[in-house]
Amino acid sequence: MYIYDHYDQTLLLQRVAQFRRQTESYLAGELADEEFLPLRLQNGLYIQRLAPMLRINIPYGMLSSAQLRKLAHITRVYDKGYAHFTTRQNIQLNWPQLEEVPDILAELAEVDMHGIQSSGNCIRNITSDEFAGIGKDEIEDPRPWCEIIRQWATLHPEFAFLPRKFKIAVSGAQSDRAAIQVHDIGLQLLKNKAGETGFQVLVGGGLGRTPMIGETIKQFLPPEHLLTYLEAILRVYNRYGRRDNKYKARIKILVKAWTAEVFARKVEEEWHHLKDGPATLTGQEIVRAKSFFTAPPYENIVCGDSSHATTEPVLAYSRWRERNVKTHKTPGYCAAFLSLKPTGVAPGDVTDRQLEAIADLADRYSFGEVRVTHQQNVVLADVKQSDLPELWLKAKEMGFATPNIGTLTDMICCPGGDFCSLANAKSIPIAEAIQRRFDDMDYLYDIGDISLNISGCMNACGHHHVGNIGILGVDKKGLEFYQIQLGGSSGNDAALGGVLGPSFFATEVPEIIEKILQVYVDHRVDGEQFIDTQRRIGMAPFKECIYAKAA
Amino acid sequence: MPRLLDKTGNTIEHDLWQILPEDYAGGLINANQLAPLELWLKQRSGESGQQAPGVWLNSDDEPEALVGHYPELSCIGIRFATFMDGRGFSVARLIRERYGYQGELRAFGYIIPDQLFFLARCGFDTFLLDTTPAQDFNPQPYFNDFTVTYQSCVDQPQPLFRRRS
Repeated sequence: MYIYDHYDQTLLLQRVAQFRRQTESYLAGELADEEFLPLRLQNGLYIQRLAPMLRINIPYGMLSSAQLRKLAHITRVYDKGYAHFTTRQNIQLNWPQLEEVPDILAELAEVDMHGIQSSGNCIRNITSDEFAGIGKDEIEDPRPWCEIIRQWATLHPEFAFLPRKFKIAVSGAQSDRAAIQVHDIGLQLLKNKAGETGFQVLVGGGLGRTPMIGETIKQFLPPEHLLTYLEAILRVYNRYGRRDNKYKARIKILVKAWTAEVFARKVEEEWHHLKDGPATLTGQEIVRAKSFFTAPPYENIVCGDSSHATTEPVLAYSRWRERNVKTHKTPGYCAAFLSLKPTGVAPGDVTDRQLEAIADLADRYSFGEVRVTHQQNVVLADVKQSDLPELWLKAKEMGFATPNIGTLTDMICCPGGDFCSLANAKSIPIAEAIQRRFDDMDYLYDIGDISLNISGCMNACGHHHVGNIGILGVDKKGLEFYQIQLGGSSGNDAALGGVLGPSFFATEVPEIIEKILQVYVDHRVDGEQFIDTQRRIGMAPFKECIYAKAA
Repeated sequence: MPRLLDKTGNTIEHDLWQILPEDYAGGLINANQLAPLELWLKQRSGESGQQAPGVWLNSDDEPEALVGHYPELSCIGIRFATFMDGRGFSVARLIRERYGYQGELRAFGYIIPDQLFFLARCGFDTFLLDTTPAQDFNPQPYFNDFTVTYQSCVDQPQPLFRRRS
């Protein structure tokens, strides 16, 4: 992974010093609330319902074991001994003290971590594919490009006060695991007919109140022009994005208002001036960035997969092997998911001990690195297949071996009304109620691959629009209700779900989910996944089943 | 008390420029006034008969409107209606980098000291702070928050990746 040099470290330390001064000015009453607000947000600090919340970046999901141990230490010393992995490959502390945040940032800087631009109206953490560098379907490793973009975006002087937040995702594989179609900018690495690498550039995707699928504005951008082209997009957005209404301020609204064609033309005009300027990437810089993301020293494994040979209880292991282990491009290796979705724990939550256990597992089995997924799980990306039985036992001890990856109970879920001051409704108890209702693994495996995403409000941190089943918390006269959507997807076939109908009480949700699944089971043919059946039969059979008047 | 700073954070005691309000209707512009863009475009020959040397833009004004006039201008102001409105950063870079303007570029309106570093990077060289936070407020550190910058910008056209050693 990327290693900070003295430039990167100096910038980070100076950032900590700057935030220390800003915090002191604020506490001394010299900086007004509204002036401190963007400064703290651009260091990841929110003031929440019960306490501040600090969001720490995990650039494109990569974490080292040293960073995990530091995070564990921080949760223990400055917080309540746990943290929360978010839906944008970040990690959040729920109970830091404002006065201590500069110290937390100083500790993070020791391991090259920070909260720079993890919030606020600026370019946020760059997200990517958890299988980067290991996927069999990879066209090119997206991480060097993510790092190049990260550095360009970090403290960009022109784009610190954008109309609204700005999210960029990069995919380098045929199968989009980074949800690039629902980002402000989505970048897809591809090869042209001559075999040269470039980027397909999408803009204007996003969730929130006005969910939209991004549109392609450039089919093939040669890689050396990446930063000048991004700068052109950001400048057009910074100048012309709406600032009169925060709910209309995302780039998607501008793209929609102008049309993608007009927006693309405007960007092209701007880019014409920037193209080939000093921000044009050099071959040397591209080589430098790539040098940090080379393959780890894999063993040369010639024999076949021996990981099924185990004396452990065969069913439990084989279930885990089937659901939580994914293929790897290197023979003899695989990627193993640590599920952060056991029943009764808020999806994505980890304790300090668990963070250390993940670090230990990474050191023992995966070259000291892990990846965090936007589905709020952790991946050990380079595990020898022959280590799997042992890894499974250890993962089980620490509560990471729930064999539910990709199933109904592997839910994406925002912190919701229990923590977040934006939320209209709680989301964690809904997730738990669903997990309790569907605790029969045979049933879950029969249902198969399905995504269920829960957001506590229309800001959509739980990505409910792109869940095969989406649940949205809504407030009606002070009461919490839940609207259900069907048909969403965030992959190559990205689509926004449609609303099923009138919303439900919290207590009704698990039963409604069961009815929805029953409709699927009744209608599915030839091994169809839920989303395939739902798309084929449409909304009507679901509506009939759920809203049919009692006879 | 408003306070005018140069880009090293020193206070400029004698401000040469008077900023005319948007609804100014007081006749021809003189050589020490920054006129709002629309007025300036209407009567850019000032009272001396020469081109009036000062103009200011709102953050939604187009710097493209001044193309052809930049060489004769000595001071351009960009007004920040609120410090959260970041358009002025883009406008400043365009004026410096695209139109090659060399004269004074002034940020005024509602800006906060924590923006000074970024404003200076984008090409501003004077800064009119409407209100300064405290009596003993020292602006200098705000201009020196960082010694490392990644991007190409007005203050340093070469991005870090062309300078790394």
